[in-house]
Amino acid sequence: MIKVEGLTKRYARTVAVDNISFEVEKGQIVGFLGPNGAGKTTTMRVITCFLPPTAGTARVAGFDVLEQPLEVKKRIGYLPESPPLYPDMEVSEYLTFVGKLKGLANADVPKRVNEVCERCAITDVKLRLIGKLSKGYRQRVGLAQAILHNPDVLILDEPTSGLDPKQIIETRELIRSLAGDHTIILSTHILSEVEHSCERVIIINQGKLVAQDTVTNLTNRLRGSESVAVEVAAANGNLNPGEVRQRLEQVAGVSRVVLKDTKANQCAFEVESMQGRSIRPEVARAVVTAGWDLNELRPIGFSLEDIFLQLTASEKAEKKSEEKPEEKQPEEKKAEAKV
Amino acid sequence: MRNILVIFKKELKSYFASPIAYLLLAIFAVIFGFFFYSATRFFVLQGMQMAMMGRGMPMDVNEYVIRPLLTNASVIGLFLIPMITMRLYAEEKRSGTIELLMTSPVRDLEIVLGKWLAALVLYASILAISGVNIGILFAFGRPDWKPILVGYLGLLLQGGCLLAIGIFISTTTRNQIIAGGATFAVCLMLWVLDWVSAYDQSAWAKVVAYLSVVTHFEPFAKGVIDTKDVIFYLSMIFFGLFLTARSVESLRWRS
Repeated sequence: MIKVEGLTKRYARTVAVDNISFEVEKGQIVGFLGPNGAGKTTTMRVITCFLPPTAGTARVAGFDVLEQPLEVKKRIGYLPESPPLYPDMEVSEYLTFVGKLKGLANADVPKRVNEVCERCAITDVKLRLIGKLSKGYRQRVGLAQAILHNPDVLILDEPTSGLDPKQIIETRELIRSLAGDHTIILSTHILSEVEHSCERVIIINQGKLVAQDTVTNLTNRLRGSESVAVEVAAANGNLNPGEVRQRLEQVAGVSRVVLKDTKANQCAFEVESMQGRSIRPEVARAVVTAGWDLNELRPIGFSLEDIFLQLTASEKAEKKSEEKPEEKQPEEKKAEAKV
Repeated sequence: MRNILVIFKKELKSYFASPIAYLLLAIFAVIFGFFFYSATRFFVLQGMQMAMMGRGMPMDVNEYVIRPLLTNASVIGLFLIPMITMRLYAEEKRSGTIELLMTSPVRDLEIVLGKWLAALVLYASILAISGVNIGILFAFGRPDWKPILVGYLGLLLQGGCLLAIGIFISTTTRNQIIAGGATFAVCLMLWVLDWVSAYDQSAWAKVVAYLSVVTHFEPFAKGVIDTKDVIFYLSMIFFGLFLTARSVESLRWRS
């Protein structure tokens, strides 16, 4: 559905996108991932015909963005980073305008406007001025605008930025419900978002394509070593973290131990195994035989954070285990992989 | 064609949904009203003096009231036009809605034409207010209506040409104040360019004076449609809109 080949975009002094190629199949949701300033927005702007490429081609449904921009634009719904809204228009008035602009027949416009309002849960603010809406509603009006003409391809630039957690979940649900009939590219710098909504990930950094694969494949790539969260407590009241650490390091197969947290009487560690070794039974035994209590022993799956940092950071191993802002329960991860 | 209409309606609506249109209408009504009052008072006074001096021929309303009034209206327009055009592109660029317009299946030229037409219609409705004053003349006298129509045609042509220049300037910046200020400067320049003909008779000076929008308006105010002036205005409109379309296209390459 979308085919990007050798895409390069050069601004006056900087190269924003450097020779990127990828393909997106019909009906897929693809996450476009990268740190801020990686070139995500620029790539999306090229695909939506907002910017012409310096070199290379981008095709949507077989139409080249340079040669047949009108055909491409007809098939694309685009939500830019800041939703393109007119603050002095009412929501329904705005959507009617966009519908006509996108080439919907006049007779179909009111029906479609009602439909997308339902779908994006903005029916209750239909007659309000856009300028008076909260950020969450504005974002949803922006999304409604993008899906209004029922485009084959949806390009969403950070669709959940600035929303509160509840709205983020709702927006993700909405995006997932759109997959199937629509091919979706969504960009984000929030990794958990990709894990939640996307089937495939394209990671770019400093304008270059770093990796593209399915979420599961990317995670599997880094399997092999295992990470375990361990929480140890002492019944008698004095626990020396250094001592525990030493003990854990002696367990066969452990490659490194990181102290995560110390409270009175208990401390949490993250223990990493060597390639292909299962260390959980050994760790448990070591803690118990030393006379401490084992409060928690839990495997940590590799999240996209790790992959991302590994792929984008230069000091790979250093950063991997130190920055893990989000840890996920394994069963939750499985559920996400299915989606 | 449909796309032009869609943009046109949206622009016109947003003029009248915001205070801009009403502010401009009010400014014009007050200033033109004052000119009208002064012109008629002066006309009446002079008419009485003439009658006392024993001249039997009545004075011509068209020549002594309407003609200077239309010229004045064209000057007021000079001040109002930057306020009409400054937001057209600058605002879209600042708020990011330009991304919506430029990723919609609409040609750049259609957007430009839609916006220009909306500006022109707003300008025409501003001018229409002066119809009230002119109507009063018809109630008390018998002015010739044909030169009046020609005068209004001239005003519209002159407005259309300055509006096209204003839209072009608006595409070059995302700051409305810069767009408005620069448009005002250009309008003012085009107005006073004919002053060179007062002290310089060379061919070069003639070319410069020819560019002045005011010299081309004078025949219209007299009620004369001169092809040369119509062509001047139409080609300026075409040139302005052409520049605008090119400038919008270049936004893609530069931004």
